[in-house]
Amino acid sequence: MRMSYAEAVGRLRAGTWLRLKAVDRTLPVWIGAALFLIFLMILPLGWIFVTSVKGEQGFTFDGYLQVFKEGALLKAIWQTLIISTWVGVIAVVIGALLGWLVTRSDLPFKRTVRALVMASFVTPPFLGAFAWTLLAGPNAGELNKLYRWLTGAEGHLFNIFSREGLIIVMALYSFPYVFSMIANVCELMSSDLEDAANILGARKWRVALTVTLPLAAPALIGGFILAFLHSLSLFGAPAILGLPAGLHTITTQIWALFQYPPRLDLAAALSVPLLLATMALLAVQKKLLGRRGYSTVGGKGGQKRLVRLGALRIPLFLLVVGILALSVFLPYWILLKASLAKAWAMPLTWDNFTLHNFTFTFFEYGDTQNAIINTFQLGILTATVGTGIAALIAYITNRRLFRGARYLTFFALAPLVVPGVVLAVGLFIAYTRPPIVLYGTIWILFVAYLTKEMPIGFSQAETTFKSIHPELEDASRILGANRLRVLKDITAPLARSGLIATWCFIFIGVIRELSASILLFTPKSKVISVVIFDLKEEGQVGVIAVLGILLLVVSFAVVLSVQWMLAREVVATRE
Amino acid sequence: MKKSIGLALSALLIAWSATALAQDAALIEAAKKERKVVWYTSLAIPSSTMLAHLFMNKYKGIEVEVHRSGSQRVLQRTMQEISAGIKNVDIIHTSDAGHFVLLKDKGLLMKYVPKAVESFPAGFKDSDGFYYGMRATLSVIAYNPKILADKEAPQAWKDLLDPKWRGKQVTAHPGYSGIIMTHVLALVKEFGWDYFKALAQNKLHLVQSANDPAGVVASGERPVGVNGAEYFYYKTLKQGNPIKIVYPKEGVPLVVSPTAIAKDSPHPNAAKLFTEFIFTKEAQQTLADREGLYTGHPEVTYPKDKPVLKALKLLAVSPDELEKRNEEIKKRFVEFFGA
Repeated sequence: MRMSYAEAVGRLRAGTWLRLKAVDRTLPVWIGAALFLIFLMILPLGWIFVTSVKGEQGFTFDGYLQVFKEGALLKAIWQTLIISTWVGVIAVVIGALLGWLVTRSDLPFKRTVRALVMASFVTPPFLGAFAWTLLAGPNAGELNKLYRWLTGAEGHLFNIFSREGLIIVMALYSFPYVFSMIANVCELMSSDLEDAANILGARKWRVALTVTLPLAAPALIGGFILAFLHSLSLFGAPAILGLPAGLHTITTQIWALFQYPPRLDLAAALSVPLLLATMALLAVQKKLLGRRGYSTVGGKGGQKRLVRLGALRIPLFLLVVGILALSVFLPYWILLKASLAKAWAMPLTWDNFTLHNFTFTFFEYGDTQNAIINTFQLGILTATVGTGIAALIAYITNRRLFRGARYLTFFALAPLVVPGVVLAVGLFIAYTRPPIVLYGTIWILFVAYLTKEMPIGFSQAETTFKSIHPELEDASRILGANRLRVLKDITAPLARSGLIATWCFIFIGVIRELSASILLFTPKSKVISVVIFDLKEEGQVGVIAVLGILLLVVSFAVVLSVQWMLAREVVATRE
Repeated sequence: MKKSIGLALSALLIAWSATALAQDAALIEAAKKERKVVWYTSLAIPSSTMLAHLFMNKYKGIEVEVHRSGSQRVLQRTMQEISAGIKNVDIIHTSDAGHFVLLKDKGLLMKYVPKAVESFPAGFKDSDGFYYGMRATLSVIAYNPKILADKEAPQAWKDLLDPKWRGKQVTAHPGYSGIIMTHVLALVKEFGWDYFKALAQNKLHLVQSANDPAGVVASGERPVGVNGAEYFYYKTLKQGNPIKIVYPKEGVPLVVSPTAIAKDSPHPNAAKLFTEFIFTKEAQQTLADREGLYTGHPEVTYPKDKPVLKALKLLAVSPDELEKRNEEIKKRFVEFFGA
């Protein structure tokens, strides 16, 4: 009943807008936003397809044939699939466990746990990977040294420079995606069904397995796909942990193909399977979530009770602390130590203490200043423009301002299927030639970041507008205000906090971006992540640690100040 | 009569040095107007930063923009920018002499002969005057004496093939470093590709820069470096880290790293001034004293604890051969070592 009523109202309203269209002065703005978006996506991807089939004379499939003929490239594809699958599985296990524990159990210090999961989310995976080389290098790694000291053993506990090491580190920085999905679902899920099972005599754990788990299944699969895709697109972590062990993934292989003499045709041909895989998985995810999705779970109506963990409360809490130690405490500690030590592998005694890494980084090393300026300039610019565009599109699609507006959703979410490296390949080919040469300026990075962050920005903005009922807008329209006035006086104030959160999301996404930047930077347009990667290649541990800490401090400063301003949690969902 | 000849001669000399001075002054003046020079270099970050600051202190008002990366990355960057029509780089400096053969052939270099190089040995000079060896180093073996006793440490290239080193060695990458590119070619010419095929059986830790093995060995992550820039090992050792350098008797690859001015240099005068500067005895002596490098300058003296080059059997490779075999070396190395 309610559904059909809402639908009826929606149709009525859509009809009204259509009739008003002719006189609506804001229409060009909406269309401009749409065109802009199409331009950002179609041009680079179009170039990838063209380049992948363009031979010396005319059309050819040589690029693709070579990808599948050349052992190394095929091996990289295979490795990537194995790695991403495992990352997905581990991320789901950790993410689901933590997501459920903080929403539905009596775990102690839940707020702190949430904040620390957010810290893992904010930590750039390449920085985490770098920290882990210092923690679990088989011989000099701190944890392996500790292990030898404790057990008197000769070998090592864990070698981070391996496929397993890479999987674990990538999972540690992918699980927050699953966590937020699961936490959301668990929060929406009422306890009614669980109560029913309880009344019928099922025990706590049986309820969890037979009722809660199936209810959460779509979110689990969705989370798996999200983590899988996230790890598929990572560049820094595999380059830092995989390459030293002679292990290539698709992203590092594409990057290697840019070396002189560049093989753009192969890079393009290798990008296409990655693109298709991402598309297919997202289609699966949409189907799964679309069909069963949150509607089964229902609104917030029902009652929720916390599951008592009983004797497991403390062991589970220790497990959670352990996981967070791996993703946050230990990496941060080793970065701090490396930044203050002359020799990072030695104990931090007075003899080994130095501030030279800081003075060198900030006062001598020529790249620092330029990179800081570029990074924050791009962060602020992209976040501001991105939030603006995302808000416009979300507003159009949410209020169905013109016919076919919902297709805009497709374009806003489309970049989700394009891994950063692939996007960069497309942008590189598209914007290194006339008529538009953006390569060599920060604008090519701006375009890349804007495109890459659009889906996240859009979903954030969309959620914001969904929560603002159109009644108020309608009321002021009826009273004679035009749409711009309504936007300014009614919608904007209501959407303010949601949009600031969107801004914050995009900003943090931008300042840690590496996989697209690494192909698009030039010396003038270096950003901090690229400088860190450069330094990693030369083994400048101390300077990397200093820049890494800078990146973390700024990210947390932004998150915390926004939280403080809005007095609400931005990244994690509300409790 | 004699007197007048002497007078005429000294007048000529004065006039000549006056013009030279005037030329210098004119160059400095012109360079200062350009305000900066952009240097794409493969010289280690601390060393290139030091050299830049030395120049900036001497010629106030001219900024040196240092962009340091591996030799192969420097070439990649240069070529990418050229193909996109970007004119940014003034001076190109890598440790892969083959790059300069390529760049010269493509007409991308500016002909410029710095004054000081006249007295340099032939191996440091391009006969057509496009590029000159700014520094030289060796690619050597190194080990961590805290972990390995001297008598069990490897002393020769062939010692590194022993299976007892499995999982204990680190190598840098010819696809990144010009020093390692030169190293691989020199050893392939001595021992053939079989040497590297056998070496790869030891499951080496793969890093990029020829400077990185020094840190890896010093930290103990891998006790043996199967190659690496001698100057960076030496520098790391001098900072009190546990490193011993081995100069194998079979021969040590000699790496001469050229520098050249880009043909489309946006700051040509500053580029010339900087090029003049890096070949002065002052700058070259500093590279020897503070960075542990060898140079082509005949008057430069070296730290007492560094071997004299003449006392070593040096393995030199020609820039032409480096250029020709660049792709082959990268490809085969990746084939053996996996990435």
